[in-house]
Amino acid sequence: MISRRSFLITGTGGLLAGCDAVDSSGIGKSILSTGDDAHKFLQRSITDRAALAREFRADQMSPKFRVNGTANPNTPDYAAHAANRFADWRLKVDGLVQRPLSISLADLRAMPQRAQITRHDCVEGWSAIGKWQGPHLARILDLAGLRQSAKFIVFHCADAIGGAPYYESIDLIDAYHPQTIMAWAMNDAPLSVGHGAPVRLRVERQLGYKHAKYVMRIEAVASLAGIHKGGGGLWEDRSGYEWYAGI
Amino acid sequence: MASRGGVSDTAAPVREVVRHRLFTRIWHWINAVTVIIMIGSGLMIFNAHPRLYWGHYGANFDAAWLSLPRFPGWLTIPSQYSLAIARHWHLFFALVLAFGLLAYMIVSLINRHFQRDLRIRPEELKPGHLRDDLKAHWNLRFHDPENPAAYNIFQKASYAGVIVILLPLLILSGLALSPGMDAAWPWLIDIFGGRQSARSVHFIAMGAVSLFVVVHLTLVILAGPVNEIRSMVTGKWKVPEE
Repeated sequence: MISRRSFLITGTGGLLAGCDAVDSSGIGKSILSTGDDAHKFLQRSITDRAALAREFRADQMSPKFRVNGTANPNTPDYAAHAANRFADWRLKVDGLVQRPLSISLADLRAMPQRAQITRHDCVEGWSAIGKWQGPHLARILDLAGLRQSAKFIVFHCADAIGGAPYYESIDLIDAYHPQTIMAWAMNDAPLSVGHGAPVRLRVERQLGYKHAKYVMRIEAVASLAGIHKGGGGLWEDRSGYEWYAGI
Repeated sequence: MASRGGVSDTAAPVREVVRHRLFTRIWHWINAVTVIIMIGSGLMIFNAHPRLYWGHYGANFDAAWLSLPRFPGWLTIPSQYSLAIARHWHLFFALVLAFGLLAYMIVSLINRHFQRDLRIRPEELKPGHLRDDLKAHWNLRFHDPENPAAYNIFQKASYAGVIVILLPLLILSGLALSPGMDAAWPWLIDIFGGRQSARSVHFIAMGAVSLFVVVHLTLVILAGPVNEIRSMVTGKWKVPEE
């Protein structure tokens, strides 16, 4: 007969080993991910959908804002745009819209602007505070005229990770949020290559991986199925991170 | 739990009392599993950035008050590095922990478990009483012969501390790590003075819960593990002979 103590120890060890077994089973994984859906449901049901992320004072900003993910897309096409300071670059807006657009950086700068000093929270646990400026995504979507069938906004990027193109997506609640902007400036200077030049998404109530850098194309879609691996973003497809990253 | 009506036969050499109610027993075992999963998956999440800061921001260029090597695979869930899978475990069982605690608090207030068994009376805090109880602990006597089913002051303080301080602190500091919740409930961030402070508090509270678990298991073994575990499974507890 095993002693109670060894029972407790093997029980704990068995539980940890059992967790790995659950991870490798499809059913185990899908049960666990119901937790993510429950968090999203709770947040969307019991909190204000239009609540603003905190904005900070200039003296509260991080002295140095680290570059994360891709530091440079390093494709010939991107390098040519960067060398030309994105003068010929165009942001494409298409998919389920009435009027597909092709917007220059000068056009984006000429639109009504919003500047905000916000906290960027990486899924890894660190935070950095920086200032972002650009036009509202809502304004761009309204110029293009979203069709009734559009449910998600997808951001296609110039960089790739592990050979897969970076992309991200958000729903219309976040797309039309007043702090959701297409930022071309950071800390009062044009966006650096490391931080996503010429334009990155800021979707302030979600984790860092949703804030797509090097955005080349904005696509309005009815469903995320069929776009790359269908997870709604590169990190969702690649590692199984939550699509709703407000958690 | 109190022994009201649970005495089986006063003439028998071994007295048995009903120690733990069904709801307490269910909550205990759900938590035994949940706490291990939360600590294991939490350590994996910590491994993604094993540095802690105070204030609103904190990243590689900022001064960390604690910087640790990564926790080894035998302590983490999953055992191989995966922040994404650890988050699925952590976020799922966070709901079990939080709503389980809420249900337990409501039931224990209604059935007066808190008021009857966990309320600390002023005379229990007198230095003389604390000294006598401590001495009894050192001599491995954990029960008052007059009222053997009652919790002693150290049990009350540690159970109440975990239930009303540590677990709520873990839940609130965990919520403060969610950028969505920070926008919706800005007071979460104000309580802790910043998201990175909340992350530090979350880690420290985890350490305190781990310490509680170690002391709890040690005392279960010292007090007689068969009788103690049986009482948490069936509810029935044999009163130790003096």
